[in-house]
Amino acid sequence: MATFFGEVVVAPSRAGLDEEEEAREETPEDREIRKEIEKKREIDVLWTWRSGGCAEEPLVCSRFIVAIGRNAAAFLSSFILDSVCWEVVGVVKLWNEWCRTSSTTNVLPTDSFCLFYRLISDPTVLLCQCSCYVAEDQQFQWLEKVFGSMQKKGLQVTILSTCPVADYKTQESTLTLVSPFLRALKTKEFQEQVCCPLLEQPNIVRDLPAA
Amino acid sequence: MFIPCDRGGGSAAPDFKGFTLLMPAVSVGNVGQLAIDLVISTLDMTKVGYFYTDCLVPMVGNNPYATAEENSTELSINAEVYSLPSKKLVVLQIRSPFIKNKYRPFCETLLSWVKSSKCGRVVLLSSSHAYQRDDEQLLGTPLRYLLTPDLEKAVGGRMKELNWKEMERVAAYPGISDTDKVLHIPGGGITKLLFNESCSEGIQMAVLLKFCSEGDNIPDAFVLVNYLNEWLQLIKSEVSNDPSSQWKIPSSWRLLFGNGLPPALF
Repeated sequence: MATFFGEVVVAPSRAGLDEEEEAREETPEDREIRKEIEKKREIDVLWTWRSGGCAEEPLVCSRFIVAIGRNAAAFLSSFILDSVCWEVVGVVKLWNEWCRTSSTTNVLPTDSFCLFYRLISDPTVLLCQCSCYVAEDQQFQWLEKVFGSMQKKGLQVTILSTCPVADYKTQESTLTLVSPFLRALKTKEFQEQVCCPLLEQPNIVRDLPAA
Repeated sequence: MFIPCDRGGGSAAPDFKGFTLLMPAVSVGNVGQLAIDLVISTLDMTKVGYFYTDCLVPMVGNNPYATAEENSTELSINAEVYSLPSKKLVVLQIRSPFIKNKYRPFCETLLSWVKSSKCGRVVLLSSSHAYQRDDEQLLGTPLRYLLTPDLEKAVGGRMKELNWKEMERVAAYPGISDTDKVLHIPGGGITKLLFNESCSEGIQMAVLLKFCSEGDNIPDAFVLVNYLNEWLQLIKSEVSNDPSSQWKIPSSWRLLFGNGLPPALF
C-alpha cells in the first residue's frame, strides 16, 4: 500500500502471514537447505543419569517444576536451588538466532542455559531452569523430548514464568496497577488450592509456557 | 491430530460423519477467526476436542466464550473443535499464527482428518488484502466464494440463486494477455493451498472470503458471518436494520485495542 510519502510498502499483517515463502514450490536445493537448518535447530536433551547404551527407561517423576525465562530461573536460583539438596541431572542443548546453550552444566547466571535438577532426598521431584529462548519451531520438540523421557502417570507440573505488565489487558490503565502481581492458569485435573487469582480473559499465555 | 475431550463416562469419540466442517484461515485482519468466534459464541457450541499440532504457535488462556464465573475457568488452546449435532455442524477454531514452513504439513494432516472422520464438506472462512484488488473488484460487493468441483455440482446452483460472486482468477503474468489464469489470494494464509489440495483430493470445499485491510475487523467479521448465514442458515436472519444484532459477541473480544487510559494523562 502507498504511504503518505509516496513509497509503496508491504503492509504487515496481524495474522502473521508469511506468504511469499509458502507459495513457492520447493526446489531440491531449497529442500536441502531447509533440512540442514532443521538439523541445526534440533534440540538435544542430555540426561546425566543415563549412560549411552543402556535401555532408555522413563524417568519416574511425581512433581515437575519448570521455570521459563530469566526472571523465573533467577527466582529458583535465589530461593530454591542449592548444591546440598539438588543435583544436576540433565541439560538441553539448542541453537537459534537468539541464543545458544551448551552441554556444560557449570553455568553463570548471565548465560543462556536449560538445566534439570533432581531433589536428592526425593528423586521423583524434578526442576527445570530454562533461561534461554526456545524458538517457535523448537517449542514442540522441547516438549516432546523432555516429557517423552518421563513417566507421566500421577505427575504434577508447575510452570513459572513472567510477562511484562504492559502486556496485561485490563479495564483500568496498567499504570495504576500494583505490580508485580501473580496470575494462574490451571487444568481441570488440578484440584488443589491456587495461591492467586486465575488469569482473566482476554489475557493469554504464549510460547514455551503455553506449550 | 484430533484429540477428543474426555467427557467422562467412557463416551466414544464424537462422530462427524456427514457433518459440515466450518473453519477459518489465519488471514488478513483475522476475519475468518473472528467470524468463527461469533458462530461458536452465538450457537453456544460445545467443545469436543482439540488438535495436537506442532504447526501453530502455542498459546493458552481461560475460556474465551465465558458468560459467568462458573464457566470461565476452562482452559482453551490454539486449535479447538466444537460441535452442534442438531445442525450437523463441527467447527474448528484456530487461535494463533502458523509456524514457518508448516502450512503444507498442516493442510495435509487436516485433509486426512477430514477424510477419516468422513465430514461431508468443508467451509473455509477467509479474507484477502483489499489493496490488491483490480479496478473491477473495487466496485460492488467485497465478498467472494469458491467451490471445489465436487461441491460445485451440489451447491453451484444455490450460489447463483443467492447472486453471489465467484472469486476471479487473474493472469499468471500480469500485463501479458495470453497467459493462464490462476487463483491469487494475497493475505489469505493457507486458503489457496487448502483449496487446491481439496480440488485434487476430491474433497467438497467452499471458500467464503472478504476483501479487507488490517484495522478494526469486527465489522468485517459480521459481514462475513452474515454472508455465511445467507447460505447455511445457522441462525434465523431477521429483517432488521442491524444485521449484527443476532450474533453474540464473546467476552474475550473485550479490550481488543488496549487497556483503559491512565487518569494522569489528563
